[in-house]
Amino acid sequence: MKQYDLVIIGGGPAGMAAAIAAYDEGVSDILIIERDKELGGILNQCIHNGFGLHTFKEELTGPEYAARFAQQVYERGIAFKLNTMVMDISEQKVVTAMNAHDGMFEVQAKAVVLAMGCRERSRGALNIPGYRPAGIYSAGTAQRLVNMEGFMPGKEVVILGSGDIGLIMARRMTLEGAKVKVVAELMPYSGGLKRNIVQCLNDFDIPLKLSHTVVDIEGKERVEAVTIAQVGADRKPIPGTEERYTCDTLLLSCGLLPENELSRTAGVELSPVTSGPVVNESLETSVEGIFACGNVLHVHDLVDYVSQEAAVAGRHAAEYIKADAMEKSSGKTIQIEGEGGVRYTVPGFIRPDCMDENLTVRFRVGNVYQNCSIVTYFDDREIARRKRPVMAPGEMEQIILQKKQLQNDVSRVKIVIEPNS
Amino acid sequence: MAKEIIELTCIGCPLGCSLKVEKQDAEILSVEGNTCPRGDAYARKEVTNPTRIVTSSVKVVGGEVETVSCKTASDIPKNLIFSVIEVLRGQTVTAPVRIGDVLVKNVCDTGVDIVATKEVQSA
Ligand SMILES: Cc1cc2nc3c(=O)[nH]c(=O)nc-3n(C[C@H](O)[C@H](O)[C@H](O)COP(=O)(O)OP(=O)(O)OC[C@H]3O[C@@H](n4cnc5c(N)ncnc54)[C@H](O)[C@@H]3O)c2cc1C
Ligand code: SF4
Repeated sequence: MKQYDLVIIGGGPAGMAAAIAAYDEGVSDILIIERDKELGGILNQCIHNGFGLHTFKEELTGPEYAARFAQQVYERGIAFKLNTMVMDISEQKVVTAMNAHDGMFEVQAKAVVLAMGCRERSRGALNIPGYRPAGIYSAGTAQRLVNMEGFMPGKEVVILGSGDIGLIMARRMTLEGAKVKVVAELMPYSGGLKRNIVQCLNDFDIPLKLSHTVVDIEGKERVEAVTIAQVGADRKPIPGTEERYTCDTLLLSCGLLPENELSRTAGVELSPVTSGPVVNESLETSVEGIFACGNVLHVHDLVDYVSQEAAVAGRHAAEYIKADAMEKSSGKTIQIEGEGGVRYTVPGFIRPDCMDENLTVRFRVGNVYQNCSIVTYFDDREIARRKRPVMAPGEMEQIILQKKQLQNDVSRVKIVIEPNS
Repeated sequence: MAKEIIELTCIGCPLGCSLKVEKQDAEILSVEGNTCPRGDAYARKEVTNPTRIVTSSVKVVGGEVETVSCKTASDIPKNLIFSVIEVLRGQTVTAPVRIGDVLVKNVCDTGVDIVATKEVQSA
């Protein structure tokens, strides 16, 4: 069986950034395995601009951002296999993969980085009544069809869900000649960025109906009409508010889910909140030597943060490989807990001796908060308080923990959203 | 001409302030609703000279894939978005294409070029 120091599953922005960081940390025996025909992941279908403002200080399109990282992979001579699907990862870090050229093969890794990204919530998970005619697509599938295959899925479109991919597709399909009639969002706020609402909907006079959902889909062969209705505080449709839109296409933009089938077979513990692995400060999962980053860990909306996070995972994977066994931590761990609106944190716990000087803790809030602060407590002692005029579930938040602050006998870190008094 | 009130949402930060711009002919009389100066600047630009980057794709001849993604090299007037898309619809380019290659010069007389955002090799 062929051996590698580091095997990276997925060649999207997370996989590439992890590989580059591990290489720069002194581990060069790396293999990236990617099931698609090119590196870059989902960015290859995101042809709109707005990527990389934090990383490159300029606004790039998805393919351009991906190309800059792919270039760094090539320059380092890091090995990658395309058109290759990983089928299984064992707890002993044997990776089983398959492609047309080699058939089924196994490689033994000293460390593994999970970077498989996420997939879209499917219609089944959404529980919309009615037949299942043709013409219903996830927004991401439509994006791939229009942008990579030059195929327009329909002419008259209703979109359910106001996540960024749905908003971007509302504009894209409008530009390509379709009529986007309405975007319906179940929640009383949009899951998408303000900028996308303005530039993708307002620019083209596409109405956004908050607190609305699809209650009926007509058509047996092909979608013929969609009925939406307003929902109450219980998110149940309010009778009498129904509006019918004739259309041939329904796009669903209802959120993303980390893709963790492989993590499960490897015995990695998953968080019920994020659906991604539970990780420590080094972004290492519950299985020693298996690390995770990017959308497989928790869903990101900005690729810049994916790249940053993945670099941390890659660096720690390299340190793990060089130490040959985990540099002995004292075994002490500190739990990070989110309260008062903090839905989850990544990482979920810290081993203080293994921590970097500064540790970025990322999280999401469960509701829209105005005039609140993010407050950090070590046990019951307040350590930091940062005012945030507005926070929303669609935008990831972060705080920085400093190692020097954590030295004493802290047993618990708590992150809480508190109203400003 | 009568006074005109234009309502906008500032995209400067996640706060997304609702802005009200009072305008008479080409002159802006006031901007309200912004929490910081960036909102004021955004409103003035949006009302007098709104611009956007346009991204799309064009057909490729002789490439390993059918289309190549592209963008306006800088922003163009917002009211020309559809004209630019129309030009791109009729456009083809021959592989190979490299990132940054100019696909259309001076699109719609904007002084802005359309450049490729992805590499496409010959088939
Ligand atoms: C449809 C869609 C649109 C998006 N649009 C934007 C946007 O406009 N702006 C933005 O900032 N972010 C956007 N995002 C978020 C985006 O996912 C992140 O910015 C970033 O691409 C995530 O990087 P990643 O490497 O974690 O995942 P991905 O980019 O998804 O990469 C994961 C890679 O792993 C590969 N893979 C998965 N399973 C296997 C396997 N078993 N074997 C081999 N390879 C495998 C996949 O083929 C893929 O290439 C979008 C996400 C989606 C799903
Ligand atoms: S006006 Fe200032 S605070 Fe308000 S959205 Fe714009 S940039 Fe943000």
